[in-house]
Amino acid sequence: MSEELYRVEGLRLSLPDLNRKPLWGPAPRNEILKGLDFGIAKGEIIGIVGGSGSGKSTLGRCLVRLLEPTAGRLLFEGQDITHLNDAALRPLRRRFQMIFQDPMSSLNPRHRVGQLIAAPLRLHGVADVRGRVAEALDLVGFPQDMASRYPHEMSGGQRQRVGIARAIALRPDFILADEIVSGLDVSSQAQVLNLLERLVKELGLTLAFISHDLSVIRRLCSRIMVLYQGEIIEASDTAALFGQPRAAYTRELLDAIPLPDPDQVWA
Amino acid sequence: MTYLELKGLSARITRQNHPLLRSVSLSVAPGEVRGLVGESGAGKSMIGKAVLGILPKAVEVTGGEILLGGEDLQRLSDKDRRHRIGQTCALIPQDPLTALNPSRRIAPQITDRLVDILGWERARAVARAEELLDEVRIQDPARVMRAYPHELSGGMRQRILIASAFAAAPKLIVADEPTTALDVTVQKQILKLIRDMQARHGTALLFVTHDLGIVSKVCNRLSVLYGGMVVEDNDVPGFFAGPRHAYSRALLAATPKYTDPSASLTPVPDQVIADVRAEIDAFDRERAHV
Repeated sequence: MSEELYRVEGLRLSLPDLNRKPLWGPAPRNEILKGLDFGIAKGEIIGIVGGSGSGKSTLGRCLVRLLEPTAGRLLFEGQDITHLNDAALRPLRRRFQMIFQDPMSSLNPRHRVGQLIAAPLRLHGVADVRGRVAEALDLVGFPQDMASRYPHEMSGGQRQRVGIARAIALRPDFILADEIVSGLDVSSQAQVLNLLERLVKELGLTLAFISHDLSVIRRLCSRIMVLYQGEIIEASDTAALFGQPRAAYTRELLDAIPLPDPDQVWA
Repeated sequence: MTYLELKGLSARITRQNHPLLRSVSLSVAPGEVRGLVGESGAGKSMIGKAVLGILPKAVEVTGGEILLGGEDLQRLSDKDRRHRIGQTCALIPQDPLTALNPSRRIAPQITDRLVDILGWERARAVARAEELLDEVRIQDPARVMRAYPHELSGGMRQRILIASAFAAAPKLIVADEPTTALDVTVQKQILKLIRDMQARHGTALLFVTHDLGIVSKVCNRLSVLYGGMVVEDNDVPGFFAGPRHAYSRALLAATPKYTDPSASLTPVPDQVIADVRAEIDAFDRERAHV
């Protein structure tokens, strides 16, 4: 087993349920993650799958510490980051980046692509911002003049590549990709996934890929975790998971994928 | 016998010579489901909007006919056209989260249409709405009728919109990517529901989607679009046995199949795109000379 980038032990997260809050006193807590244990090896592409409300996005946000776990431990390269405060997290932030689901709402419509990619570099005080932006554009296969475009002038697939360029410009160790292709059509999906796969190899990245669609995840990920109502119900190698899913819910997820084949029986 | 027929429908952005639809022809018979497939920007949603008369202000129809039950909608006055469409057509929208008014309860959002457009008594409309909620397998329809949208899950909201679309017994329904906002297991339930309802009511259905997997489950026929042009019109078994157009073949190849572990993800090749663009240019040149 190669070195671990992340180690997660007994991770729990609950949020107050304000819909059921009594007039006086604290609101009851809503358990979202119910004690997760797993590790992510360096250079691995791990898939996190589940239906809506399974806690997959919440888990992702814990990994990049946009959310603070309620209990359990979260180790990043052996360092306990479970309850680090913002100031202590800041130097670590450039090492774990995120690509968001909806490229239109995660890119400032008033900024040009160049500015969008440069902003996090400036925030982290990186020297040679220009050079790094140029390099990032190159890596995602954009010509340099793309830097002067606005997000609305691009297609969905191109916007998502800007999101990728912005994330890799900081040369992070870990990238969290949260449903980044679900809004794209199949051809753009294939382009974005192929790009991501190449970058992971070239840059030695570790990637967590969240999706509800197993067919998308199949090719990219070496290992898959299936989440159901805040618990890991199955974690195995991709081939094993598709070959013989152990959990009934995994089977259900697989069966629900509409294959482009009119003879598939959809019971 | 077709219910909806498009004959050479063309549309462009107003005052710009930028065609969005290029002489689109297709038909949908009662009880039939036609898929409109293509990448984003291919014009598939635009066709649905043109049929329902809800094109954005910046888009104008430049030619062709939209025949609904044999009657050309373009020949009617605006008022008559709206009336005709309102009485015979309905839409299942893409995003159930935004299609419902968050500040109103569910009941009036279903019944208003029946009362205002079809002139039903409110009590009859409410009874019909509850019956439909039951038909789309919502438990305790009376409670859901009193609920606000935020109290319901995405799948529930989409069921309500389906019930609402079928409420006035429309002849034609346009479904515009009705499951993209839902996860796969809910998507399956919703697709089966749409198909069941459509078959039971004998409705003509125009189904807009970018997913050929969904087409193979839901549709009888399909039109593949690129650049606002129909590149292939085929029946579903024929299409999946062997698409006729090179672009359709590439699109089918780009659709992921999880059962085939060796299959790689192949975007539509640049050469195929170049060829279909050339076809479009040739079409535009021919048009310009007429």
